Amino acid sequence: MPKEVAYFDYAATTPLDPDVLKAMLPFFSDSFGNPSSIHYAGQRAEAAVEQARSEVSTLLNANQYEITFTSGATESNNLVLRGLAHQRKAQTGATRLLTTAVEHISVLRTCRQLETQEGYIVELLPIDSEGQVDVKQLSEYLREDTALVSAVYANNEIGTINPIAKIGTLCRERGIPFHTDAAQAANHLDLDVDELNVDFMTLGAHKFYGPKGVGVLYHRKYDPIISGQTGGSQEFGTRAGTHNVPSIIGFSESLQIARSMMSDFTAQIIPLRDKIIDTVLSQIPEVRLSGHRHHRLPNHASFVFKNVDTNQLLAALDVAGFACSSGSACKTGNPEPSPILLSLGYTPDWALGALRVTLGRKSSKIEVDAFLLALPSILERLRSEHLS
Amino acid sequence: MSGGIDSSVTAGLLKSEGYDLFGLMLRLWSPSPEIDNRCCSPADLALAQSVAAHLDIPLYTLDVKQYFKATVVDPFIDGYTKGQTPNPCLNCNRLIRWGFLLDRALAMGASHMATGHYSRVQEDEHGYKLLRAVDRSKDQSYVLSILNQKQLSHALFPLGNYTKDYVRQLAVAFELPVAYRGESQDLCFLGGMDYRAFLEQQHVELPPPGPIMNTEGDLLGQHQGLAGYTIGQRKGIRISSSDAYYVIQKVPSKNLLVIGTRDELGRSEFIVKDPNWISGKSPEKPFQAMVRIRYKSREVQSTLIPNRNKNLRVELHEPLPDITPGQAAVFYQDEQCLGGGIISL
Repeated sequence: MPKEVAYFDYAATTPLDPDVLKAMLPFFSDSFGNPSSIHYAGQRAEAAVEQARSEVSTLLNANQYEITFTSGATESNNLVLRGLAHQRKAQTGATRLLTTAVEHISVLRTCRQLETQEGYIVELLPIDSEGQVDVKQLSEYLREDTALVSAVYANNEIGTINPIAKIGTLCRERGIPFHTDAAQAANHLDLDVDELNVDFMTLGAHKFYGPKGVGVLYHRKYDPIISGQTGGSQEFGTRAGTHNVPSIIGFSESLQIARSMMSDFTAQIIPLRDKIIDTVLSQIPEVRLSGHRHHRLPNHASFVFKNVDTNQLLAALDVAGFACSSGSACKTGNPEPSPILLSLGYTPDWALGALRVTLGRKSSKIEVDAFLLALPSILERLRSEHLS
Repeated sequence: MSGGIDSSVTAGLLKSEGYDLFGLMLRLWSPSPEIDNRCCSPADLALAQSVAAHLDIPLYTLDVKQYFKATVVDPFIDGYTKGQTPNPCLNCNRLIRWGFLLDRALAMGASHMATGHYSRVQEDEHGYKLLRAVDRSKDQSYVLSILNQKQLSHALFPLGNYTKDYVRQLAVAFELPVAYRGESQDLCFLGGMDYRAFLEQQHVELPPPGPIMNTEGDLLGQHQGLAGYTIGQRKGIRISSSDAYYVIQKVPSKNLLVIGTRDELGRSEFIVKDPNWISGKSPEKPFQAMVRIRYKSREVQSTLIPNRNKNLRVELHEPLPDITPGQAAVFYQDEQCLGGGIISL
């Protein structure tokens, strides 16, 4: 078993950029103050946090006050969905939550809990077989009592990019707040909140070479949403809790680096991704690309293989030195097919054989070629008739 | 790996000897979502993961619930409805551990699979031999009697040379997090129930009550269903008599339970249908071997007589009181396990 493992799971998480680590370190030691303190140590920390906030807002083409730092994308999603749902119900009586079947589980489960525990109604926008929201049908679903719309920017399992600006335009016409979970978008896609016509946007740093445990919720200057985490008055009252200063600095640093290298990085990664897609589709029998071929994340290839068990495939690939995932695999080996793949129309014998390969800054042609060389024989062995 | 001492020490031994290792754990079937299989509860998984992390080896979990149900649990249930007393661990070893699991390990690039079984493999110019463990009290060659040459060529049993006490010491020496776990001997998929409660929980239609007779054909009473009795059993036979009676035989075709006195217990002959010969070669002439008629029974000398139709007649040199259809008869010559098969009367 090789000691060197080729990492192909950047959609799950990314390594911390050494420059980001450097930027974070002083705030663990020299500048360790609590930004809420009155003394100079606290002021220095506060200045750093506000500087980070300003930098992030510039990158998103937003206003400083529209940025709330959280503990990550999951918290951001929880904050906006609950806070906005509660606020809208209180103000207008709206209780309809409109979202999609291809959301990250933190969006879906939060909506479902609002439904079962608090009586909201959850509706799912129709998606096509490649996982894209059908914008033509959106208007019918926007009603008087629709509290919010949440549609993922780019899905982590199947890579499909949604027409966020179009969705945003329609929502704006009807005066319905629109949130997008942009957790997978920061490395390669547009984040300008005005271009995208979004009112709320979620980001998480560990997807773009920043630290784990920190995220942002962008919220367009709006009636403030009802805060979920209550306590001190940090983040203009939207989210209490002592600032995780080093991580917040890390968030801003890593976002800046990601945005500055975006066009070169994207141009470099697309041919590698396309090589994976083209080679797998042409060389391996009984495989399909899941998600849209073109409206997809530049670093993302996802497949379904007929009559293959994902857990066995991932274990075999790991032993062979390739760290991949399926986007929804469970460590306990549970063979449930992904609900997202099922909602796209794949039958279980296909959906149970999901493989996701995502590339990143360290991905090289050598690694990709080695992977493409190893994959066919691994699949052949797992699909062998001689296997019981 | 199961999180248990034996498989954990096995991994520790191989790691310390410099083998390139990965661990595999199975998710097996259980009677309901709320009940865990004794071998793979979430706690077991966590334990196996902590052992793997401690030894710095990867661990992967493979789900085999449906296949296990079909190949181990269903035949177990089926055996009871036919009046037999099956031993499901043989099917599990044959089809799950040395079938499904071995196939996948090899497909993942492994050259060998090691388990925590107390047994030994020996290679010589004739092929592979399965030997008893050095610690006779822990020997598990009985359940490995189902192996063939190909499976043995990929098998490693590091614990076969050690006593259980020494294995426990190794667990402490390796600082394994499982060192102080207790051990259970129940079937893993019963969820703590006894087999009767399990069969009821599974809504198995068991044979109904029927007649009890002695060996002369006298009707003595009624039994509660053949599934509740095993050969040699004394308790639970409800007839009015002060004598001690034992189950001699079950006749499923007549739903009949035959009982007898102590000296009527004891049989010297039975058939094994289509036995597995570990050497891969079926014997053609009668020969002598020790036979064990259940996992923990004592061994007796016997003459094995092959028939033309691949069945084997076993003639014991002394009678045994509890020869039970559905259990396996396993044959030994000195240290070597020759193979075995299911007992039929």
